[in-house]
Amino acid sequence: MQTSLFKIGDKTLTSRLFLGTGKFGSNLEMEDSILASGSELVTVALKRIDLETETDAILSHLQHPNIHLLPNTSGARNAKEAIFAAQLAREALETNWLKLEIHPDPKYLMPDPIETLKATEELAKLGFFVLPYIHADPVLCKHLENAGTTAVMPLGSPIGSNKGLKTIDFLEIIIEQSNVPVIIDAGIGSPSDAAKAMEIGADAVLVNTAIAVAGNPKLMADAFKEAVIAGRKAFEAKIATQQNYAVASSPLTSFLYE
Amino acid sequence: MKTFKSVFENYDWDTIQSKIYKTTSQDVERALAKTKRNLDDFLVLISPIAQNYLEQMAQQCHEITKKRFGKTIQMYVPLYLSNECQNICTYCGFSLDNKIKRKTLLDSEIKIETEALKDLGFDHVLLVTGEANYTVNINYFLNAIALIREQFSIISVEVQPLSTEDYERLHEAGVYSVLVYQETYHQEVYKKYHTKGKKSNFDYRLETPDRIGTAGIHKIGLGVLLGLEDWRTDSFFNALHLDYLQKKYWQTKYSVSFPRLRPAEGIIEPNFIMDDKDLTQLICAYRLWNEDLEISISTRENEKFRNNIIPIGVTSMSAGSKTNPGGYVVDPQSLEQFEISDERSAKEIAQIITDSGYEPVWKDWDKCYG
Repeated sequence: MQTSLFKIGDKTLTSRLFLGTGKFGSNLEMEDSILASGSELVTVALKRIDLETETDAILSHLQHPNIHLLPNTSGARNAKEAIFAAQLAREALETNWLKLEIHPDPKYLMPDPIETLKATEELAKLGFFVLPYIHADPVLCKHLENAGTTAVMPLGSPIGSNKGLKTIDFLEIIIEQSNVPVIIDAGIGSPSDAAKAMEIGADAVLVNTAIAVAGNPKLMADAFKEAVIAGRKAFEAKIATQQNYAVASSPLTSFLYE
Repeated sequence: MKTFKSVFENYDWDTIQSKIYKTTSQDVERALAKTKRNLDDFLVLISPIAQNYLEQMAQQCHEITKKRFGKTIQMYVPLYLSNECQNICTYCGFSLDNKIKRKTLLDSEIKIETEALKDLGFDHVLLVTGEANYTVNINYFLNAIALIREQFSIISVEVQPLSTEDYERLHEAGVYSVLVYQETYHQEVYKKYHTKGKKSNFDYRLETPDRIGTAGIHKIGLGVLLGLEDWRTDSFFNALHLDYLQKKYWQTKYSVSFPRLRPAEGIIEPNFIMDDKDLTQLICAYRLWNEDLEISISTRENEKFRNNIIPIGVTSMSAGSKTNPGGYVVDPQSLEQFEISDERSAKEIAQIITDSGYEPVWKDWDKCYG
């Protein structure tokens, strides 16, 4: 049985797993992992690409008919730098899709909410499909919607940490309130984290480190593929609610029926 | 402006040294069991007794680095622009009292050297000079940077300490990172090795990273010259410096290098020997303390060490380096700063990295970010 198709921007995707392209031991390993994951949208850092050559080593491994590129602005410290990079990426890669990353803090790569909102507003006006990487901040998500964002990409935990969904309470609020797709980005460390994200109703997840640095990246990519499908199926099948309390042996309301 | 000097003054060399050498096994085990470590833990991990835990440290170091940086090694190459120097530093080939003909590259020579480096595949370059403020000054640097700006995604500089205003000008000109090594944090020993010239001013050098940070440069590289004093104590002060800078200039990246004293024309022998085991321990201690720190290994180190250190915390490596101005093409015989140890070509090093299961990364920045 298939899960529902994922409509985002001007695309309709079968896979709800997005992949990052950094940290792999080789470009071939990256390509194999992406193919094994079934992902149709992969993000690539503009700073890693040599836009001046026709045969960039990374891009040449990403040329598959079902794989769309999602350039990202990793390295930008403010809206101005990100907008400039976005325009370069659009020109060079011929796509108006953009993963907006603005992190002035190079240590934990924490996204800057103020600059991200500013840049989203501007880029949406310029005709970009903007997917901003943000904190799990429900209010910011609503502001981004008003700014014309295509989706929101809140973090599950610090990027590269593999700590899973530490922000789950806020992610649930974001999912509940959102009018745009919610893609959980950063921190997803294992397939069970990805499945959990899908179970709580995320539209998709983005994974990089957990696959790239696994002992066998290709096999791990396949594991994530199945986990995302399983989590989405569970969400669509409507998971039985958890029973938080045991059924009491001495009911409090039995007197009403005596 | 408050600088690192005010923090540094609260610490005493002998007290720190004594703490390092009194570390116990229990201290080490406690530090190793943590997931977030502070400077006290770093101190413990550089102690002599921590060397008994080196394999455990290396394993953790490998995992942390892989998670944060992936299976990648960034490639860079130094480009020496000048060996003119007005300082006397008794360990350096460029020392003023070393009566050998000096060379500063002309525009045409810079272009020739640059083309050679581009042909080898390099996109990250480190410009190096001695300290000759009349001839090789900010104007010289700005001119050289303008000449090569379009050729490289990352331009780093390792030149004499400059003023905040000059660092701002370098930043605007497209310089990505600035490296400045304190050499040693031991003030009396510093004086002994730096007998003449502007470099003899310990405090001015100590406050240089503050000026670089204020100017908004993307990355600051620190290090001590290993061999001048007890490397453990010196490294604690270097980490203290990094810790202070990271909290204050929080938008800046940081890297650390580990120059071990190498033979050079007319120089003294190292006072303190640091062997490969010591250096491995130091690299691991930095990584276990600071997950985000970039760690660089140059061609000062030998082939065996460089081959094996790749999966242990390193994030960038130079290759095929020449430490003399014009060394690649225009004047291979000019005075070099020190003898390199690993003489293999960039291509060979890239292959070694690939064979270790790592991706050599030639480009990891774009000029569009300023």
